[in-house]
Amino acid sequence: MLDRRLLHHFDWEILLLVFALGGIGLASVYSAVTADPPPAPFRGLFAKQILWFGLGMLVMTAAVVFPYRHLDRLAYPLYLGCLFLLAAVILYGKFAGGSRRWLVLGPLHLQPSELFKVAVVIVLARYYSRLPVGQPLCFRDLVRPVLLTAIPCALIAVQPDLGTACLIGLVAATLTLFAGVAWRTLLAGAALLAALLPLGWSLLKEYQKQRILTFLNPDQDPLGAGYHIIQSKIAIGSGLLTGKGYLQGTQNALSFLPEEHTDFIFSVLAEEWGALGSLAVLGLFLLLVLWGGSVAYRSRDPFGVFLAVGLTALIAWQVVINVGMTMGLLPVVGVPLPLVSYGGSSTVAVAICLGLLFNVSMRRVHYE
Amino acid sequence: MKRFLDPTEPETFRRRLLLFLAAAVAAFVLLAMRLLYLQLVLGEEYLRLSLNNSIRLQPIDAPRGLILDRHGTVLAANRPSFDVSFTARDAGGDPERVAFELARRLEIPEEDLLGKVRPLRGLAAFRPVLLRQDIGRDALAVIEARKVDMPGVSVQVRLRRQYPQGALAAHVVGHLGEITGEELKSGTWPLARGGDFIGKTGIERAYESFLRGEAGGRQVEVNASGQVMRVLQTVSPRPGKNVVLTLDARLQRRAEELLEEVAGAAVAVDPATGAVLALASSPGFDPNAFVGGVRPEQWESWTGHPHRPLENKALQGEYPPGSTFKIVTALAALEEKVIDEATTFDCEGFLPFAGRDFRCWKKEGHGRVDVRRAIAESCDVFFYRVGLRLGIDRLAWYAKAMGLGARTGIDLENEAHGLIPSAAWKKKRFGVPWQEGETLSVAIGQGYVVATPLQMALLTAAVADGGVRRRPQLVSRVETAEGEVVWEAEPVEIGRLPVGPRTLAIVRQGLWAAVNGERGTARRAALSDIEVAGKTGTSQVVGRREGLEEVLPLHLRPHAWFVCFAPFHSPRIAIAVVVENGEHGSSAAGPIARELVKTYLRREPGEGKTAAGPPLQAFLRPPGHP
Repeated sequence: MLDRRLLHHFDWEILLLVFALGGIGLASVYSAVTADPPPAPFRGLFAKQILWFGLGMLVMTAAVVFPYRHLDRLAYPLYLGCLFLLAAVILYGKFAGGSRRWLVLGPLHLQPSELFKVAVVIVLARYYSRLPVGQPLCFRDLVRPVLLTAIPCALIAVQPDLGTACLIGLVAATLTLFAGVAWRTLLAGAALLAALLPLGWSLLKEYQKQRILTFLNPDQDPLGAGYHIIQSKIAIGSGLLTGKGYLQGTQNALSFLPEEHTDFIFSVLAEEWGALGSLAVLGLFLLLVLWGGSVAYRSRDPFGVFLAVGLTALIAWQVVINVGMTMGLLPVVGVPLPLVSYGGSSTVAVAICLGLLFNVSMRRVHYE
Repeated sequence: MKRFLDPTEPETFRRRLLLFLAAAVAAFVLLAMRLLYLQLVLGEEYLRLSLNNSIRLQPIDAPRGLILDRHGTVLAANRPSFDVSFTARDAGGDPERVAFELARRLEIPEEDLLGKVRPLRGLAAFRPVLLRQDIGRDALAVIEARKVDMPGVSVQVRLRRQYPQGALAAHVVGHLGEITGEELKSGTWPLARGGDFIGKTGIERAYESFLRGEAGGRQVEVNASGQVMRVLQTVSPRPGKNVVLTLDARLQRRAEELLEEVAGAAVAVDPATGAVLALASSPGFDPNAFVGGVRPEQWESWTGHPHRPLENKALQGEYPPGSTFKIVTALAALEEKVIDEATTFDCEGFLPFAGRDFRCWKKEGHGRVDVRRAIAESCDVFFYRVGLRLGIDRLAWYAKAMGLGARTGIDLENEAHGLIPSAAWKKKRFGVPWQEGETLSVAIGQGYVVATPLQMALLTAAVADGGVRRRPQLVSRVETAEGEVVWEAEPVEIGRLPVGPRTLAIVRQGLWAAVNGERGTARRAALSDIEVAGKTGTSQVVGRREGLEEVLPLHLRPHAWFVCFAPFHSPRIAIAVVVENGEHGSSAAGPIARELVKTYLRREPGEGKTAAGPPLQAFLRPPGHP
């Protein structure tokens, strides 16, 4: 079981940080789901989110207790398992809100794409940690990681969940750059990508192109995504310095915000807590990211380093994309804010990330 | 293996890690700056907007593409319609008073409005509720003038389909209808929203993806009573593409006039290209009745009509081709060499076979006839004998190779297959073997054989054009609202009649003689200045009775057929006409075909370009928005 000496190395203050963000999240979800005029269709989601958060903490504990190095061996089986779930979603998934993302397992609605984010990080960490060090990656080294990333990305993109697919791509790219790519390969890869884009574009059907254009530029769709952006900006901006007060958000109360308890939870938060509150939340996230970096910095094991970098990148990218999207800096894609947004699978996925980061941090010193 | 722990190496990674973390810090700083900008710099403005909740969305309809004939006559266009809606949020405290006021202005009973005009809470309060569609310009003027008294009431300009030529080519043009739940779910129209109108039939349906524009919209800020104060953002709609048909509106109109009193169909194609010049089905309907929803009594008058006005008889109507099928029988027999051009049979007015008499339409008989005369005079006995020599399966093979019994692939929905029976088909369908007597019926286009007017028109076109079979074309090109051609049709050869030039020449001579010969059955289709070649047909609705030719009730009288092409030496038009229960091909269908030939070929040069319809420019621009 757990060595007492390990507990000595556990980052208790970061656990506090996690609970702080989780608490802020629960409070914001409560505000978002109860502010709706009757009949508030999402009211029941608050209780559910408490359960999800609790489950997340259990999963996080489970992700801490075993030595993370086992994951090195389990990387491919886990990856294949997630791939299987993804395929199952495409074949048997539940269709909701225009896309097929959910796998219904009894009372659980599972979103395998959320879990896949972690699986890709693990499998890439295993791959890169085994390559000889100090030698920049060339084309041959990149074939496998590109395939390992592209296949699930394609499966997720057709659900369609372009947001998660892009996120996985970004995280994989971050990890690859961290592993070190030869300049020549990097430039050639960028050129190849630039050359393939128009080709891929020409293969798309007209309506698919339209969909992607709207996705990239929501202003083209002022009644849909563009509307959400302007309402989100109004919500955030109207918070001013100190906010309208908890449960007092008018944009939120009038259901002007789309997906207010999931993707746009940050707007609810910023409206009610103002610049002070929202900056504080951003600050907490930055602390979390910096801690993730320090875990990688202190780890002495290549697999641990890559794992920590990948997981940190995953969290950082999600925060940047989600917050950037609510403020109109980035296109509207369905990427939740870690620990804060409502969502079972995403909460569990973040919990796994954090658990593994704790795990790597705790076992930075070998007790062989 | 643990080269990573080489004390010299981790430094590279640590430096890179610090770089990444610096990038992350930079990103967060950027987010923080944006946050401060929104909240502290623009905050007051956003606070004002959030307190008023005064942002509204207004869709702007995209004009749907026009449908035009080959000379630019507009068959389908758009017109503005003024719809009144009510937004509860903007109504102030007394929506009922608004309802009374509006009812009085529109001169409608207020009960119609009271159910819809009511206080709403939450997001619903911001959604305009549609009260009244298409109110007309007079009512619009009244409402605009009295807007202040009716807070919450607004008028939207929507575009509606309009068919300026009325029923002209209605079966080809088709009509629109509101998209159904299943159609939305099917994913065929990913850009469509609930309440949208999409093509349900005809070209409107087949070319939906071209015709459909892309709606625009705008975000506006409204004042306390819902009036637009300023426009925050506008996205212009993209108009749909115009579809130019191969139809000739003048010929189409003539065909519909000629069929006006009867049930039937007429199809005219250009043999050289396969372009459909006219495709008329009678009785027709006015597609304008579909705009804004069909009234139930209108729908019942169509569905209850004995002559099925909604059916496109030109390609959904299956009729025994009667004697027009003798073209097929003659081609097959000559090509298979069961007869040659000199073979003669004696016609005594009937052929005894298998214990019964198979009668010729001419009771006294034709005497000795060869194949040319048999075609010209439509001798049944000659073709009975030819049919016996060929056998059903050879005849069926030829008929199918000439395009019968299968869809032609025209751009319209629900095309019928027609049917060419064979021994195997009958065994499978009815479980009993083929009787040779049935071959006799098939040889003269009776029995199980059925074909659509379109199939027969294309067969005739192939005979006219040296045996080349072409895919029928209804659309000649698709172009943008600015006139840039985005798609253009090219003639598509889909095969050839499986006969040699000599065979074809003989049959063509027979068809010429039918119209121009002394005893030809189609003499009524003859024109003084244009050489027409054709074939009559009379297809039995009920079996031909022995004994006296009694007068049959109307719906049991035979259908009249006529197929022809002209001019004989360089054909420019091929036609098939069917008149349901028209009795005789020569009297009922022949004159119609002759008129169509005349209309098409006797035209003054350039005449079509100036003929018919309001100027195109009138339809190209979408109307302005208030």
